[in-house]
Amino acid sequence: MDDFLAARSQMALSLGFHIIFSCIGMVMPFFMAVAHYYWLRTQDVTYKNVTRAWSKGVAIFFATGAVSGTVLSFELGLLWPKFMEHAGPIFGMPFSLEGTAFFIEAIALGFFLYGWDRFNPWFHWFTGVVVGVSGLASGILVVAANAWMNSPAGFDYVNGQYLNIDPIAAMFNDAWLSQALHMTLAAFAATGFAVAGVHALMLRRGRNLAFHTRAFRIAAAFGAVAALLQPLSGDFSAKDVARRQPAKLAAMEAHFHTEKSASLVLGGLPNEDKQRVDYALKIPGMLSFLAHGNFEQEVTGLDRIAPENRPPVVVPHIAFQLMVGLGTLMMGIAAVYFLALWRKKQWLTSRWLLGLFVAATPAGFIAVEAGWTVTEVGRQPWIINGVMRTADAVTPMPGIAYSFYLFTAVYLSLSLVVIFLLYRQIRMVPELYDVPAGTPEPEPAHA
Amino acid sequence: MDYVVITFLYLAILLYLLLGGADFGAGIIELFTSRKNRRVTHETLYQAIGPIWEANHMWLIIAIVILFVGFPRVYSVMSVSLHIPLLLLLLGIIARGTAFVFRHYDAVHDRMQGIYATIFVYSSLVTPLFIGILAGSALAGYVDPAAPDFLSAYVWSWMHWFGVAVGVFTVALCGYLASVYTIGEATTEADRQRFIRKTRLLTIMAFAAGALVFVAAYYEGLPLLTWIFGNPVGIAAIGLATISLGLLWYVLGRDSRTWLPRVLAGFQVTMILLAVGYAHFPDFIRLRNGEHLSLFEQLAPAKTIAALGWALLLGSLFILPALGYLYYSFQHVSRPQSAAPEAAPVP
Repeated sequence: MDDFLAARSQMALSLGFHIIFSCIGMVMPFFMAVAHYYWLRTQDVTYKNVTRAWSKGVAIFFATGAVSGTVLSFELGLLWPKFMEHAGPIFGMPFSLEGTAFFIEAIALGFFLYGWDRFNPWFHWFTGVVVGVSGLASGILVVAANAWMNSPAGFDYVNGQYLNIDPIAAMFNDAWLSQALHMTLAAFAATGFAVAGVHALMLRRGRNLAFHTRAFRIAAAFGAVAALLQPLSGDFSAKDVARRQPAKLAAMEAHFHTEKSASLVLGGLPNEDKQRVDYALKIPGMLSFLAHGNFEQEVTGLDRIAPENRPPVVVPHIAFQLMVGLGTLMMGIAAVYFLALWRKKQWLTSRWLLGLFVAATPAGFIAVEAGWTVTEVGRQPWIINGVMRTADAVTPMPGIAYSFYLFTAVYLSLSLVVIFLLYRQIRMVPELYDVPAGTPEPEPAHA
Repeated sequence: MDYVVITFLYLAILLYLLLGGADFGAGIIELFTSRKNRRVTHETLYQAIGPIWEANHMWLIIAIVILFVGFPRVYSVMSVSLHIPLLLLLLGIIARGTAFVFRHYDAVHDRMQGIYATIFVYSSLVTPLFIGILAGSALAGYVDPAAPDFLSAYVWSWMHWFGVAVGVFTVALCGYLASVYTIGEATTEADRQRFIRKTRLLTIMAFAAGALVFVAAYYEGLPLLTWIFGNPVGIAAIGLATISLGLLWYVLGRDSRTWLPRVLAGFQVTMILLAVGYAHFPDFIRLRNGEHLSLFEQLAPAKTIAALGWALLLGSLFILPALGYLYYSFQHVSRPQSAAPEAAPVP
């Protein structure tokens, strides 16, 4: 493995790991706050149990997200020093604000996790809300920084020099809003479906019905609403990408030849040598409509992009299909769920509906990873779109492959441990929370 | 705004050492506690750092963000030449941060606890060691961006006696800080006496490690004595640090106020950092060719610095009061209602 590929793989691995943990760490506090609110309003102890159980998940995910985020802030320099040397002062603004948001989140989390029975209950509840809001803010800020790589702004690039730097303009680049919206909804949909899926599984097994029903409903509501809204933000993003990064759009759609009334390619296997897509379903005019809002309009194909500036096609195309497919699936399940809530109450306890949610547990996160692959691989060969090539940004340090192997081992074992911990949390629900009404909470015990 | 940004950079580094360093120290103390007392030590330390743990870690993030936004070349030179110790530091941070949370949030308490604890205590030792090595390497002048071969570019830049000595000293300082902070957290008189004894021991170790830094500097031919005692600020800072050490030694065990030893220890470490920082200010990294990466010369463009400065000032308006209230709220951990987060009985 050469150093460049190793550096890219290590970055992909670190981000791919971080994105899952930070999404959960960012979204679950909202579920927690809703359950907590119900507990404070109804004094139904099951809601308190749900809140406490979820708060342990949040603590685990926050800590893992925080360390992997710290690693990323160093890895930007360890792997891409040339990029950071030039880009740091330009796109650093969202990172400096994110530092504040993240700090506030950590402080609020301290209050929330350790503040049970210590503070006014509503103040305690409020600290949980602050965890969610500041986490959301830091997520949006980080995405704004990534958006700058897709849509560089706030500087003039003259003869290899970065002049007239304006960090505020860089932060509010053309891509930040569409990317932030799409990512935020994705985080809610993915976390909602993942959490709902776990509780649905427990319901199907008939465990702690009161506990898991309440938990399931909160998570499913968040996930379903986000999944229904997501296609709107997806459309907004696609039009934005068509305008700003035609090469990326062409790669994700496997659109090799510039044409008017371009067809949308569904599925299929792109053949880059022969410049065509095999085994695909084509809907005439649809790509023109989705990209530009008009069935006739010309859509730029890869043939208009200089060969050395073309992104790879196979990976973004397949990842894009995967993301859209899973998104559609989740939207369908969301529609069924709302129909059940509105008209068909008996579905809510049916095994098949729960089964749908169980099956969809990983769907959102696979879609998140796929969508992120589209964004990042679709931008290649650029690290700063149209300005700096990824290959020119890589560290001169040799032997990055070893560091990649090391991080692969670390992240793999961390993922396994986290899954193991969640499994134990869920398995312990009956012992920890299955208390008949009126009995005091179980006393803490240390082994 | 230049001064605002530079002040925040040093403040973040200082606070990371004073607060995050105490967290490292907690693991170090646990490592050097006899098996008999380990459980109570572990619980006392957890009570003290649990709520503030994540916040203490944030100072590192603030420092690194200030570096890459405000001083991009300093960050990139550091990232390239000190790649290996930074990587090892990161592994330490990952291991510590996760093991700490895993051991306190695992729903089942079984022999996994032993594994988490082992990872936690050893990574608590390794992480500050590399922080110290990085700090020592920034000063030692072996960093060479133009080095011709792998060893001199990426290994000798940080692998030298001075760096190792600063690393050991950092470990000792963290243990020392944590031990002083912990005295006030003891719930029984016996524990209090035990933590006081531990503090005495760690003070001596920190002192010895400090002496080791001077020996290593002499061996490497670095004029550390001139750096520190060659200016009135350094002399005053070290003088004040020595006085506060004497005072601390005196009040230990005689005075039951919890804040006094903490303030004295924090003050002392601040003075040590001031003495070293002042001698080098505004240089951040000394290079092999004699060039210095001065913070004033490596500043990002003015608009960036202005935006960063405002972000830091506004951010601190939110952070500092909230952080102050967090520390204030959780300082009396021995109150009965603040039982440890519930842990499950072994099934």
